Amino acid sequence: MVEEQQHIDEILIPILEQVSDPEIPVLSIMDMGVVRSAIIENNLVKVKITPTYSGCPAMDVIGDDIKAALKKAGYESEIELILAPAWTTDWITPRGRKALEAYGIAAPLEAEADKDVLLHGKRIVKCPQCGSTNTRLVSQFGSTACKAQFQCDDCHEPFDYFKCLK
Amino acid sequence: MKHNLYRYILGIADNSLILGQRLGELCGHGPNLETDIACTNMSLDLLGQVRSYYQYAAKIKGEGASEDSIAFLRKEREYYNVLLVEQPNTDFGYTMARQFLFDVYHLLFLTELQKSSDLTLSAIATKSIKEVSYHQRFSSDWIKRLGDGTEESNTRIQTAINDLWTYTDELFYLTDADKAMVEEGIGVDVATLKDAYYKTVSEVLEEARIEIPESKYFQKGGKQGIHTEHMGYLLADMQYMQRAYPNMEW
Ligand SMILES: [Zn+2]
Repeated sequence: MVEEQQHIDEILIPILEQVSDPEIPVLSIMDMGVVRSAIIENNLVKVKITPTYSGCPAMDVIGDDIKAALKKAGYESEIELILAPAWTTDWITPRGRKALEAYGIAAPLEAEADKDVLLHGKRIVKCPQCGSTNTRLVSQFGSTACKAQFQCDDCHEPFDYFKCLK
Repeated sequence: MKHNLYRYILGIADNSLILGQRLGELCGHGPNLETDIACTNMSLDLLGQVRSYYQYAAKIKGEGASEDSIAFLRKEREYYNVLLVEQPNTDFGYTMARQFLFDVYHLLFLTELQKSSDLTLSAIATKSIKEVSYHQRFSSDWIKRLGDGTEESNTRIQTAINDLWTYTDELFYLTDADKAMVEEGIGVDVATLKDAYYKTVSEVLEEARIEIPESKYFQKGGKQGIHTEHMGYLLADMQYMQRAYPNMEW
């Protein structure tokens, strides 16, 4: 049941990279790390995806979008939602982190630093607008379950911070 | 075994469903935008966890059961949540006190459930624990802010803690299904969590300048399907659409 390794047939990668996270459209589901395996068996693609947060309402949409993208490429597919191993923000790729920042969402810090920020109000999250770290936590919960609300005290822009999940 | 496991899963999931419903009531009604969003986010986390539990329960039950039929079509006596989570949002103090008193338990419980010999339950626990640790941070923070805030906020959070304290002991009570599942290596012996629970709760309350209630009068019944007067209203609200328009979807 527990599969630590990602298994994705190479030929499917470019197809899956076209599917984006409906809540963060600049981020492909591959860069998000939610596709855990995709294997072709007799022209049927078996895909396993894992939710970022349990209540993530995007998962059903992601499943449908994967089916549609594969269908366009000539494959029928079967989507399975798996819970173990649990998704972690470590699975966001470096390219994904860049895409988040470009979109205005601060990428997750390491677990210890994340605690310093969320528990002790340390100012180290980089403002995606101006790059300042003179930022503060407004609320631990943001526009979606995976984000916290921050404000930059230099450029005064509010922004989302993608919380570390480990 | 099958019946006990089904009942055991409901016992876990119903807590999250009913608390999620209570938090969801605050959608658009929170005291400010940030807490409104926080409460609905926690609600969403809990309901997400509930879906995983009920999908598993539906598989065990068979007979055409689905996550929706389990969530929406049972009668009051067939819900096994603890009394604590069904208590109403009397004011923001009650909402945070209820959340805090449950979160501390929830985190301890999930930590143990991770070791369950049932792989589905342990996977759900591992997933949920990351979310619930954020909940506990949030509610502990508010307990401290309210307790160590103004005279008014201190009085109100103290009242809420005093009132809800009577429902805390039930968290550590084992039903027959619980006992059977503990024996199988599937369930958590919640009685063993009690000391750690009151220790953590007391530490936060002390820091918040809230007095620890001395009352030894505790109420229970929810785990056996016997609920407080608030439950019927909650279910009427929650089940209305499915009862009025059977099998509706949106
Ligand atoms: Zn800035």
